[in-house]
Amino acid sequence: MSTHKVVKSYEQINAKIKAGSVVVVTADEMVDIVRERGAQEAARTVDVVTTGTFAPMCSSGAFINFGHSSPTIKASHVWFNNVPAYGGIAAVDCYLGATEPTVEDPLNLVHPGEFNYGGGHVIHDLVAGRAVELRATAYGTQCYPRRHMEKTVTLADLPYAVLCNPRNAYQNYNCAINLGKKIIYTYMGVLKPNVGNANYSTSGQLSPLFNDPYLKTIGLGTKIFLGGGTGFVTWWGTQHNPDAPRNEVGIPIKPAQTLMVMGDLKQMDPRWLVGASLVGYGCSLSVGIGIPIPILNEDMARHTGVSDEQIITHIVDYNSDYPSGKSKSLGFVNYAQLKSGSIEFEGQSVPTVPLSSMIRAREVAHTLKQWIKSGQFLLTEPQMPLPGPSTKA
Amino acid sequence: MYSKMLKLVFPKTHAQEPVVCNLARLFDLEFSILNATIHPRKVGEMVLQLSGNPQSFEKGMSYLKERGITVIKAGEQMLREEDTCVHCGACTAICPTGALSVERPEMRVIFDVEKCSVCKLCVPVCPHHAMSLLPLENNGESAFGA
Repeated sequence: MSTHKVVKSYEQINAKIKAGSVVVVTADEMVDIVRERGAQEAARTVDVVTTGTFAPMCSSGAFINFGHSSPTIKASHVWFNNVPAYGGIAAVDCYLGATEPTVEDPLNLVHPGEFNYGGGHVIHDLVAGRAVELRATAYGTQCYPRRHMEKTVTLADLPYAVLCNPRNAYQNYNCAINLGKKIIYTYMGVLKPNVGNANYSTSGQLSPLFNDPYLKTIGLGTKIFLGGGTGFVTWWGTQHNPDAPRNEVGIPIKPAQTLMVMGDLKQMDPRWLVGASLVGYGCSLSVGIGIPIPILNEDMARHTGVSDEQIITHIVDYNSDYPSGKSKSLGFVNYAQLKSGSIEFEGQSVPTVPLSSMIRAREVAHTLKQWIKSGQFLLTEPQMPLPGPSTKA
Repeated sequence: MYSKMLKLVFPKTHAQEPVVCNLARLFDLEFSILNATIHPRKVGEMVLQLSGNPQSFEKGMSYLKERGITVIKAGEQMLREEDTCVHCGACTAICPTGALSVERPEMRVIFDVEKCSVCKLCVPVCPHHAMSLLPLENNGESAFGA
């Protein structure tokens, strides 16, 4: 028996979407609605809350089938614009990972390396409709005799290309500082010595998994905004940790849950899949993701009403602690403080640096809101929940 | 008051001389060092904002030239590709002059060309390659001519 005062189903919300009477707001807008009217009234008024995030997400890539040619080839090694893809799947199937640099990249031989082009950049070029040089080698078999192949391909030429990101949309992430005496170049950006800056990467109150902290509505089969098109949550992501410590509103205060997402690359938009070069670290792919949260009851209204002040993360030293496998908490800050431009750390004011674009996150949430309001995007009910905390909240 | 952003190129023979200090002591010029690079046993380069009255400025320039130091108007400008910038903010970690800053509460990244010292640190730091160097036509001209 539900103890909720407001109860809505996916079917009811979808019926309202089809009828054009659905009420959709962004997670930013929901903060004030819940603050002013309370969770119960907000749940009566609002049907769907849209979220958004846009940032480099390393665990990303694409499964590509490049089609059979004559004579046939069983490709062992595959390159796109000189970026190696993994060929050990099937004859003409491969996986192109976002962080793979080109074979001629000097990497960090001259530190910090620039990592100008990699798998993420190839994915962007393909989605932008650009021609890409495909090269494959093979050892030759009786059914697949060819040993070498080169051709120019576009995304339209490829029979199959699916974005498949094993870990995206991290629920919370470290605030990175450098306690050392020299500048360091990390995946959390450039960190100046003696705590010269504090870097963070999340869209805070707009971020998908902060708005459904226990993944009550996000599960296997949830339809989402992915790379400017539509995609699905297909599993929990690598390093998914629902048991991270949480604060009084249920928000994990350290890196916690993650999602695996997939979608057809052919309907995506280069604006939302952008190759990234992280100086001294490597290549990546900036991904736009937005998840609609159905307001099934007042609990979901309260969750989506979360504000930056209520979202806390811990401060980690990336000079010595992180590289030695420790993520010792040196302090806690909330995202309102981080977004203000400076935080206090051991009595000193430290400038903060965002790595996740709020401008683009807001655009994702607004785009998804428009898609739902116009009736072109219906919500899907998860077929299976993702693993949650081992002790129930 | 005269103020210019200049690039000084030091020959290897002058690496030990405190010329910038002398600009302040002997000619009453104010300086702010924006970028400095030393290529060992080759040359040193320094970008600085130099300010003072026009007469002192000219004397200071003569002093530099007598010592074989090449003075170039910082004839380069950073260009931001507006369509490429995603407004993440990564560049604000490294920008020494505040030319790249985050406008709150929108969290839009602002690029103020007037504050830019053309140190180029943002070029490799921008994850999406939005920053590039735009050479200006007057590059290499004398810094204090007519």
